[in-house]
Amino acid sequence: MTGRAVRLAAIVLALAFLLALPELVRPYYVGLATRMMIFAIFAMSLDLLLGYTGLASLGHAADFGVGAYAVALLVLRWGVASAFAFPAALIAATATGALLAPLALRARGSYFLMITFALSQVLWSVAFGWRTLTNGDDGMPGVPRPSFGFPLDGTDPFYYFVLVLAALAALALVAIVRSPFGRALRGIRESESRMQALGYDVWRYQFAAFVLAAGFAGLAGALYAYFNRFVGPEYLYVIQSAEALIMVILGGAGTLVGPALGAGIIVFLEDFVSSMTEHWVLVLGVIYVLVTLFAPRGLIGLVNDFRQRRAEP
Amino acid sequence: MTALVVENVTKNFGGVTALAGISLEVSEGERRVLLGPNGAGKTTLFHTISGSVMPSGGRIALFGTDITHHRPDRRARLGLARTFQVTNLFPRLTVLDSVLLALGGAAGNSLQLLEPGSRHRRKADEALRLLDQWGLAGTAPRVVRNLSYGEQRQLELVLAIAGVPRLLLLDEPTAGLSPAETSRVVAMVQQLPRDMTIVMIEHDMDVAFELADRIAVMHQGRLIAEGDEAAIRANRQVTDIYLGTE
Repeated sequence: MTGRAVRLAAIVLALAFLLALPELVRPYYVGLATRMMIFAIFAMSLDLLLGYTGLASLGHAADFGVGAYAVALLVLRWGVASAFAFPAALIAATATGALLAPLALRARGSYFLMITFALSQVLWSVAFGWRTLTNGDDGMPGVPRPSFGFPLDGTDPFYYFVLVLAALAALALVAIVRSPFGRALRGIRESESRMQALGYDVWRYQFAAFVLAAGFAGLAGALYAYFNRFVGPEYLYVIQSAEALIMVILGGAGTLVGPALGAGIIVFLEDFVSSMTEHWVLVLGVIYVLVTLFAPRGLIGLVNDFRQRRAEP
Repeated sequence: MTALVVENVTKNFGGVTALAGISLEVSEGERRVLLGPNGAGKTTLFHTISGSVMPSGGRIALFGTDITHHRPDRRARLGLARTFQVTNLFPRLTVLDSVLLALGGAAGNSLQLLEPGSRHRRKADEALRLLDQWGLAGTAPRVVRNLSYGEQRQLELVLAIAGVPRLLLLDEPTAGLSPAETSRVVAMVQQLPRDMTIVMIEHDMDVAFELADRIAVMHQGRLIAEGDEAAIRANRQVTDIYLGTE
């Protein structure tokens, strides 16, 4: 009971802090916080696959990138109204997930990792190579932010827009993992063969998890395109996928809140390190090695271990 | 009605013949024990019945439905449940969550994203009642991997019977248990509803004779004897294999 009260208090405090943030810090940090929240959505969506269903994807940037490219292409190339392009991007990313899932789910374990990696690289090479459509590696600048009756061009309004969507996404994901469906995903993570013996069509659950994760990744991708007012092929690149994996593992897979924290930390570190050196990917690799060596269940795992040790004298 | 028909089922792994043509009929409500030395093919036969291994030849029918090519989950929804020889549970889930999964299995493909609180409480109550009934009272909030081995074997059985299967396959349910734990599991099996058909692999002769209506003995991928306790005890070939007077 006290555990729940503490958690509730933490959520209320965090929300109050996030609501007040634009009054407290310089606009630059409001932008940084916006990026943290966008990647929190992305990392939580991957957690649904990795932490809850037990499927390690190295191609999650595919869905992120499709969400981003969809808003850019729809508005800049095909003249669709921005307010329609946004929901259409979510549908496009979800549909991409539904198309890729049957291919990826033919394999498990590291083979699943390799297939998702290969599929996302195919999309990357399309974005990179189809210059007449996507401008290739020049990318597409000038992606306008949508307007739903209120302008989102300023730093603060866009921050609040992302805050609301991130909160809604987090709520939806928490509801999903707590539902009977979410329990079945965890059962599949623990033992596919036992779940089959109990009568569960394991493939359908994995497919549904893959598609849902793709939808949320697409949301993050579309928001990132708006944030930068730009899309480029690096959105789809393997480094983007690997970064998301490290966010999830750093925070603690299978906890949702861990990956959200992991995303915040990685985005902050990337910003900090990039101001000093261009070897960010090297630093990322070192972080990954340190986490797998010293905190294999992530920061949340460390906290839980610490609390258990204090509980047992 | 015949619960299970196995018709001339064969299984080859590469050049190794694990099942060399097994035919078996188990009638509804029967308790059948499969006996046989290690490597006789008992577990392979179980795998072909539950669907985790496809037979190389032959036919399998469950309550009149040909299930030879059904996936395991489809067989489960037709009323087949099994335990595993090597404990196969959900190590990092709680006991309660495990039983809830077992209860949801029979109707298991609705991808249920929303559940009314009242329904959840009803299902949780049912799960707790099952745990009480089968000697696992108080374990509900514990994480499965922290249970003792004996408790895990009991949970293995509870997960299989939670959905009230029509045919239950038990693969060495007493393997590795102490005498006290073994008699607890034997008592559990004896308390199951009498119309539940049970096919069971068992190495312990005493357990086998205590639970079985009929016994089938396998040796080197073949069925070499079938009958009640007296017939099996009197069978020369069986005593030869078990006593090694060949």
